[in-house]
Amino acid sequence: MNALTQRLRLIPLLPAYVAVYFLFLYLPILLLPVFSFNNAATTTFPLAGFTTKWYASLVGNTVMLEAARNSLVVGVTVSLLSTLLGICAARAITRYRFRGQKAAAGLIMAPLFLPEIIVAVSLLMIVLAMGLELSLLTVILGQTVFCVPYAMSVLVSGFEGFDRSLEEASYDLGETALGTFRRVTLPVVAPAIVSSLLVSFTISLDEFILAFFLSGTEPTLPVYIWGQLRFAAKLPGVLALGTIMLAASILMLTFAEILRRRAERRTQMALMLP
Amino acid sequence: MPERPMIEIENVSKFYGIYKALDDVSLSIAEGEFFSLLGPSGCGKTTLLRSIAGFETPTHGEIYIDGAPSLALPPNRRPTNMVFQSYAIFPHLDVAENVAYGLKRLKLTPQEEKKRVGDALDQVRLSGLGQRKAHELSGGQRQRVALARALVMRPKVLLLDEPLSALDKKLREEMQVELRTLQKAVGITFILVTHDQYEALALSDRIAVMFGGRIAQVATPKEIYQHPRTRKVADFLGGMNFLKARVLGEQAGAVSVDAARFGAVSLAKPHGFSASDGHVTVGIRPERLRLLWDDDRAPHELAGRIENRAYFGEVTHLTVGIDGLEEPLSMVETNNYGADDLPIGAEIRLAFDPDAFVLLAEDPPVSRV
Repeated sequence: MNALTQRLRLIPLLPAYVAVYFLFLYLPILLLPVFSFNNAATTTFPLAGFTTKWYASLVGNTVMLEAARNSLVVGVTVSLLSTLLGICAARAITRYRFRGQKAAAGLIMAPLFLPEIIVAVSLLMIVLAMGLELSLLTVILGQTVFCVPYAMSVLVSGFEGFDRSLEEASYDLGETALGTFRRVTLPVVAPAIVSSLLVSFTISLDEFILAFFLSGTEPTLPVYIWGQLRFAAKLPGVLALGTIMLAASILMLTFAEILRRRAERRTQMALMLP
Repeated sequence: MPERPMIEIENVSKFYGIYKALDDVSLSIAEGEFFSLLGPSGCGKTTLLRSIAGFETPTHGEIYIDGAPSLALPPNRRPTNMVFQSYAIFPHLDVAENVAYGLKRLKLTPQEEKKRVGDALDQVRLSGLGQRKAHELSGGQRQRVALARALVMRPKVLLLDEPLSALDKKLREEMQVELRTLQKAVGITFILVTHDQYEALALSDRIAVMFGGRIAQVATPKEIYQHPRTRKVADFLGGMNFLKARVLGEQAGAVSVDAARFGAVSLAKPHGFSASDGHVTVGIRPERLRLLWDDDRAPHELAGRIENRAYFGEVTHLTVGIDGLEEPLSMVETNNYGADDLPIGAEIRLAFDPDAFVLLAEDPPVSRV
């Protein structure tokens, strides 16, 4: 213990290192909103003055709005689909004990650790081999594979420790099975479900590789942005769009985390003994 | 208290595959009785309680609640309510909403509902805490919410599954007193599952001791402590010195035995007594042996020496070796006269009362398959 505190005293540079680390990590991202309000077509210092015209230009951009609509459709569908599948998987993992449980959980989580481009290429091959048209549907299917592990992790932490006797207490107090689901099960796990929906939606919204390979003629926002980067004049508009997406992502993830923690507190509280 | 039976359990068995969780259990519990199911973990006491509540379905037998066969009824249609071991307080509701949970289905007027919730909270001394969230409650308070939530339904029977096991010792003792007072006040049948013999002794009108899915004995706390039927019951209900004794003779209602160094002892003959090989097990509780000091004399004395000593504050537990006895004897002495200062190896004399011996029947062999 003593040796450890002494060693820690020997490295006063640690806070400085952490500060530099965060600077490298987040400074480039911070530049995005800065230049999106800059009254110049190039991203160079010094800044040329404040403007919101890049944001205004987005409003009339029908191609961009079409891409945003695509992203919304994909995001909502993917989040619903992966949360639904995640609920089934999380319930199986937290409630039951069965042969091959660990292996099943591992396989569901695997897409997280596989190189995304490999997953994208193999999905593309399968889609083409099956003779399917590339469309938003193929993007949805691909991204669902990718989002289920995230949804499941969030849901497992919410369901873990859901006390079986809560449901029994409800039956015991005269409630029916359906009423118990509505009045106890759903409210207790609702924060985890909403959190899973938000996380999946955010991931889908930002996802590029799968969308790029599987989207055909209907681009999602990240694919649209990638296409715009070829034109230097479009850059400020892309920065504005990127800023909006960044803000939306941060907001949704923060909200999701708040809900996830609340869900965890709820279910674990029920188990907590003094 | 042979009053109107509230619960009648008739030849109930519960199999999990070939494992017998309950093995032909029959039991009658009276209206207004505080009844305890006592036994080690895995003895079937919780399975029996959950069968009464409707969460387990017995493989054979029938359970009558207030005269009505109940096995066909789901838990939500039985006139029983349960206090769960984990309390199962609904975490998304506050205290008043938890208590009102079951009332919602009764379609009461808002005033009536409010009054019943208020009365229930008063009953468990939680008045004014209705707006508290579940996570803001202490262990004892959560226990009271669970009680109020069940009692507000005015059940015919309240089922309690190890309700005090999660509380620390001091709070547990307080809650025992309160539980007993509450039961007397509401007057309904309470069935308590516990593995704590002191809890069962302190609270119950009657106790059923269970081993291996069967009921070993049903009796009042005093009867079951002083006259345990078998060696296992005696052992589970507290300390007991066991001795092998030779049967000397049988009279009407009595058996006389030769209890080794304790000499000839006459014992009440239990119902259905038989000593197949002429030997029986007899027992005497540690607190029925008494240390003799200096010039103290007693009609029945034995000499021995201290082999071990454990200090428990108000009492000292002594292990005393006696020549001619295979096992040393356990004794409990209050510390008023210096029993806590006796050195190991000290020569002592002890007094015993031959009437304090009980004759113990052999335990039936346990087979769960």
